[in-house]
Amino acid sequence: MITLSNLNFSYQSTSIFQNFNWQVQRGERWALLGASGCGKTTLLYLLAGLRFPDFGRLLIDGEMITRPRPQTGLILQEYGLLPWATVEENVRLGARIRSFYGADGVHAPSYETRVTRDLGAWLKRLGLDTLSAKYPSQISGGQGQRTAIARTLSLNPDLLLMDEPFSSLDALTRADLQNLTLELCAEENLTLIMVTHAIEEAAIMGNKILLLGNPPNEKVQIIENPRAGEEDYRKSEEYTELCHDLHQRMERA
Amino acid sequence: MRKRDVVFAGLGILALWQIIAMIVDRSILPSPVVVIPVFFEELLRGDMLKHAAISFWRALAGMLLAVVLAAPAGLVLGQSKKLNRFFSPVIYLLYPIPKVVLVPIVLLFFGVGNFPKIIIIFMILFFQILVLVRDQALALPRGLIQSVRSLGAGRRALFYFVYLPASLPAILTALRQSVGTAVAVLYITETFATRYGLGYYIFLNASTLLDYPAMYAGVLAMSLLGLTLYFSVDWLEHRLCKWQFVE
Repeated sequence: MITLSNLNFSYQSTSIFQNFNWQVQRGERWALLGASGCGKTTLLYLLAGLRFPDFGRLLIDGEMITRPRPQTGLILQEYGLLPWATVEENVRLGARIRSFYGADGVHAPSYETRVTRDLGAWLKRLGLDTLSAKYPSQISGGQGQRTAIARTLSLNPDLLLMDEPFSSLDALTRADLQNLTLELCAEENLTLIMVTHAIEEAAIMGNKILLLGNPPNEKVQIIENPRAGEEDYRKSEEYTELCHDLHQRMERA
Repeated sequence: MRKRDVVFAGLGILALWQIIAMIVDRSILPSPVVVIPVFFEELLRGDMLKHAAISFWRALAGMLLAVVLAAPAGLVLGQSKKLNRFFSPVIYLLYPIPKVVLVPIVLLFFGVGNFPKIIIIFMILFFQILVLVRDQALALPRGLIQSVRSLGAGRRALFYFVYLPASLPAILTALRQSVGTAVAVLYITETFATRYGLGYYIFLNASTLLDYPAMYAGVLAMSLLGLTLYFSVDWLEHRLCKWQFVE
């Protein structure tokens, strides 16, 4: 689904990616792991069509990315919600932007003029139905991220990009939202790419983990983690070992 | 703040005025008992209503003109680093100039009539709105813009769904902060080169006719004009920016 070949990107004359190659298949769940400054967020923004490579190719579904792709959803750590709009209005925003442009194939997919599943169902699925009239300042961080997820998924994306979406939440809420995201990925057949600096989160979320080191990134490590997403994986020995292994790799990277 | 408390505060001020008037006991300070009947008589039978309407129109026109020109300019500067870098020093120099000192110049250029008065009010409000709207647009978190862009918003949708609603509180705050100054300066402009407006009415009764109760009625009317504008902005803010008042 996603192909990066010989991709080069530098930021303020620091090379971050050099002849970087990477492939993502449809339905995979990837965690992008690395210390801050390694370029993981940059990679996500490249995929989102908010930054562009200096050289090399970035193809999603065979198409060059020149602007945000309508079928890609993006969820950031914070500030994603309009502070002047209620939870319901925030969830509706994506649909309103789509109808603002119509199915022009640029801002919205050309084959789809309206959001198929109704927004009430999304509010309910994410447990927001009782909060729909609240403003973002009145709800918790976890509820805010649920709102952002509902807004993004209501547009029927096939690729979900998340940039440390749960890192400012408390441990219980974080685990709760991680499980919810795994469920939703299965329900909606999503390809997931999640940026995180937390080893545990990478091990829970990613079937595959891409470990980035100090830039420039050229050869990267990919760690397979097929059991991620299974029930009780958090409590398994495999999980503990993987975390330990990732820890050592990160120290070396 | 509750409405009842505001009413009580108003009554308290009237009572204080009454007491001071009784202590001073001179014709240059008539008590509210004298002034309020004169106020209604001048309003209903005299021509104070006409003067008030003209002042109100000048203030409103100046405010609207300022909003219409300053808000888009502020939004443009808030979105374009280049333009902002170019205009910032100009605004920095012009913003603090007390616009009231420009009154004689504006009158020289534009002469009599409503236009110079509207221009003065416009100049006072323009910079206030420009600066607040620009800063509001600059302060929008990058993450918010990126998130909305990822939902498919291009330049036009970003403007409509993000920048425009974000500038609304800034416009209303700017109006609320400067409406008092605008009415004060309106008074000054109306004391020259016009025969209409509450400023003229007050000045005429004070200096020519020496009718102090009528002069006080004019002062009362001008205060009410300021209050009306202030409360209207306040009301709009509560209606249009509900999210700022939730707990």
